[in-house]
Amino acid sequence: MAARGAFDEIWGHGGPASPRAEFASLARWIAETPADELQRRQQSAEVTFRQLGITFAVYGDSDAAERIIPFDIVPRVFLHDEWARLSEGLVQRVQAINAFLEDIYGDARILKEGVIPNELVLLNEQFRPEVNRVRPPHGVWAHICGIDLVRTGPDEFYVLEDNARTPSGVSYMLENREAMIRLCPELFRDFRVEPVDSYPDMLLQTMRSVAPHMGKSTPVCVVLTPGHFNSAYYEHSFLADSMGVELVEPADLVVDDDVVFMQTIAGRVRVDVIYRRIDDDYLDPLAFRPDSMLGVPGLIAAYRAGNVAILNAPGNGIADDKAIYSYMPEIVRFYSGGEAKLPNVETWRCREPQALKYVLDNLADLVVKLVDGSGGYGMLVGPTATSAQIEEFRAALIAEPHRYIAQPTLALSTVPTMTEKGLAPRHVDFRPFVLTGSDGVRVVPGGLTRVALREGSLVVNSSQGGGTKDSFVLSPEAGA
Amino acid sequence: MRIAIEHRTQYRFSQAQDRIVQMLRLTPTDTQDQTVVSWRIGVDCDARLREAIDGFGNAVTMLYAEGPIAALELSVIGEVLTSENAGVICGAAEPLPPLFYLRSTPRTQASVTLAEFAADVAAGEALDGLHRLNAALHGRFPDAPDLPDRGCAAAQAFAAKTVTSRDVAQIFIAGARHLGAPARYVSGYRTDGEAHSAPHAWAEAYVEALGWIGFDPATGLSPDESYVRVAVGLDATGAAPIAGTRVGHGREQLDVDLHVDRLGGEE
Amino acid sequence: MLMLSRTAAALYWLGRYLERADFIARLVEATVRLDALSARPAGEAAWQSALAVSYTDKAFAATGHPVTLAHVARFLALDASHPGSIVSCLDRARNNARAVRTALTREAWTAINRAWLMFHNRSSTGGPTETLNLLEAVKGETRGFEGAIHRMMRNEATLLIQLGAAVERADNTARLLDVKYHILLPEGERVGGAVDRDQWTTILQTVSAVTAYRWLYSDGLKPRNVIDLLISRFELPRSLAACVEEVVTLLSALAKRTGLQGEADRMARARMARMQKTKTTDVIVSGLHQYLEAFIAENAMLDAAVARQFRFI
Repeated sequence: MAARGAFDEIWGHGGPASPRAEFASLARWIAETPADELQRRQQSAEVTFRQLGITFAVYGDSDAAERIIPFDIVPRVFLHDEWARLSEGLVQRVQAINAFLEDIYGDARILKEGVIPNELVLLNEQFRPEVNRVRPPHGVWAHICGIDLVRTGPDEFYVLEDNARTPSGVSYMLENREAMIRLCPELFRDFRVEPVDSYPDMLLQTMRSVAPHMGKSTPVCVVLTPGHFNSAYYEHSFLADSMGVELVEPADLVVDDDVVFMQTIAGRVRVDVIYRRIDDDYLDPLAFRPDSMLGVPGLIAAYRAGNVAILNAPGNGIADDKAIYSYMPEIVRFYSGGEAKLPNVETWRCREPQALKYVLDNLADLVVKLVDGSGGYGMLVGPTATSAQIEEFRAALIAEPHRYIAQPTLALSTVPTMTEKGLAPRHVDFRPFVLTGSDGVRVVPGGLTRVALREGSLVVNSSQGGGTKDSFVLSPEAGA
Repeated sequence: MRIAIEHRTQYRFSQAQDRIVQMLRLTPTDTQDQTVVSWRIGVDCDARLREAIDGFGNAVTMLYAEGPIAALELSVIGEVLTSENAGVICGAAEPLPPLFYLRSTPRTQASVTLAEFAADVAAGEALDGLHRLNAALHGRFPDAPDLPDRGCAAAQAFAAKTVTSRDVAQIFIAGARHLGAPARYVSGYRTDGEAHSAPHAWAEAYVEALGWIGFDPATGLSPDESYVRVAVGLDATGAAPIAGTRVGHGREQLDVDLHVDRLGGEE
Repeated sequence: MLMLSRTAAALYWLGRYLERADFIARLVEATVRLDALSARPAGEAAWQSALAVSYTDKAFAATGHPVTLAHVARFLALDASHPGSIVSCLDRARNNARAVRTALTREAWTAINRAWLMFHNRSSTGGPTETLNLLEAVKGETRGFEGAIHRMMRNEATLLIQLGAAVERADNTARLLDVKYHILLPEGERVGGAVDRDQWTTILQTVSAVTAYRWLYSDGLKPRNVIDLLISRFELPRSLAACVEEVVTLLSALAKRTGLQGEADRMARARMARMQKTKTTDVIVSGLHQYLEAFIAENAMLDAAVARQFRFI
């Protein structure tokens, strides 16, 4: 998959000389700012990120225990109308995800009516019997969703993946914007860009809105991190800091009498709302992993008793599981009564013999993914794979077809990106963040654009050498 | 049958503990053939107990105790009225569909030999097959006493010489699931006039048209009115009578004193 | 909002470790000077004493390297294999800072992170000039951190960092003085001779007290005066008296903000009352070493009392 032929979001199909009409002035900014000046600003941003310690750890890479994610200076821009259509689709999708979780851990109507194969849910590790029949405070499950989107044309957006557990990346959205305002102030003078810096306030509002006991004094909210060796620790501390709430580790919390407390220098303080950035497995050893010493013993009991809100709710993994993903159009239809405004990428479920046969016959053209994999691991990109890699996946598919899905290799859109040889189109994806509280669903006007820095590459994961860009959403009256 | 249960668990710690949090699955619930007349969980130190129903429909009790705790005794005293129903379970809370219990766990994964054994003895019609599997396991492991959980997996126990009632129950579950029958682990009590150092354990399997049916591979029979069902789970870990964490150093020593007696008189 | 116990502990230790890193930097810097001034084997004695002050003499002996500027400076600055080096202290300071990022300003955090980046993955200190430059840079960052702390809100976070630093500083000064007691002058050198004077000057340089000394004492460099300055002069920020007083002040400020007052306050106040009555002559007569040993032990007990009072564990 070369960038050639792909839709470039600024340059369109015609290259730098003939940008899309709406983006003429942005294309001019790109053309008129000398490359070495852009290069210099980009390096300056990266120095700042390193000094701030906006780093992430790469698994199995001890030399680079702390790396920064490369930052690209050329922003990705959404027109106001594009964004409005996208938002509608996102709200619809997240509402469906919440309705699905409420149903699955409640009456399970969708199973009784046979809309999705029952075994796909019931035998799925992500369906957590430990929280079966628990309704979270105010009935909100997926408070913070990151919906991964790809684009193939001016109006063609597809959902690649839902993230309803602990989606990360929002700190990059905010830090990238800070860097852009500092380094390219002229862009904000020339374009009316919707601000994203209200995100922490929106998140805090969302957290407070789901506090179990309304009416008493301001609920005590905390961010729960596995600790400062976690790869996303910067983000955890950043969010706690910008919301003005405590950043706690499991050892800081105790549960007594089905109530959660944090241990402070003056004794215990009751906690009402926990934004956890820890996987279900390590939340509570009594409920999930009796062999584990990690977590907060009794947390799930406190949650079951309705004494604490946990964001996102334990058990959400069943909603963003790749095996369930392919049924999202049916799920949206089941709960909303209408068609999904944001389509899925066409997906072959290898558990179905027909689909498996098609996938095996067309491996060289498809992207094959592990149903339970993440971070770009356990993935085959047919068009760029060696024949040895293809054969390896063929064997794996035949052995355990139910663990895989396959999708066509999409001609992902590109955005001009700084490379060693100057500006060139590079493939991007997009993760907008959607917040759901007891007071409604909110989409932040922005998100995380990830860019595959290698020419022709479609893999944007930071662990695989991807970078990030700021994502502008333009105000109604503005053009670019 | 009227059954009296007295189940004492004593922990002694080499160093005093700062905090103890335990999840107890020690309380039976009512079914059509099991009525809890009285039931009480007691703790010999300053502790808080909270009751709830978990996702499997079990009655669970959370125990929170603040240190320093050098020793802790949990006592369970109660009385249950039971009747006979050929091993068929009726009227239990069933918050999860039977299909869920086809899910395998690390402790109930069938090995090749276990799977072959199950397929060999249980060929044919589902209910008969499960009864044959139950009897065959009893034949293979005639002595499966009620001992504390060693954390053993079914496949590992199947290859071992000595097993406990917990192990054979898990072997039965692994075999039944391999045969396509949803199966679950049951922890509870049984009156057999003997002293035990741990509660009893057996299995239940789901048979279309009949529902959940008990199988006790430790006896080769189905549970009768001498059994009291307490908790179900996917395996021994999931239905463990006591799951606990403690904050503090040192080792712990565990003593169990368990009496299950049949009371005089008819029902 | 009440501070988490773990946060309190991390802030306190952040203060201790950064202070220790700064102290070792000063110690190495002063020793480089002393080494340059003196002829062998006086230089070797200087490095030996630097190792003794930082409690790393045994660890260094285990490396088998000769006691020279290049080896000892590298060992004290860059060797992460033992806890007494600048890089180890910065590592721990940074880990603690990371664990409490939300309690620090960006400015304070970046100062620590920059100091850490400077030392991380560096294998050699280079020659004397490069060594001094590197040490100067670390001191610059720790000063930057102190400045950032002063610009932070005067809340329990800053007070705890400063408390850790004050407790650590008291320990460092006591150790520095105690080592002079141990060091024997090289053969042929006499008390009050050139080498002896250089050693006392080195101590003054390590605690940035050369100018203060000139202001306060008019009768030239005398060991008795140096001891007096480092033990009982409240005017010198690194003297035991000043550290002891600072600990009392910080604990009362913390008590005012958190309502937590107790054992640590009582110990610290009793220590200050005793300190105010201490006469340098008495200390010297009854034994400087015994006095310093007792001081170091009491300081460790105070550290433990702080941990209990603020529920570090």
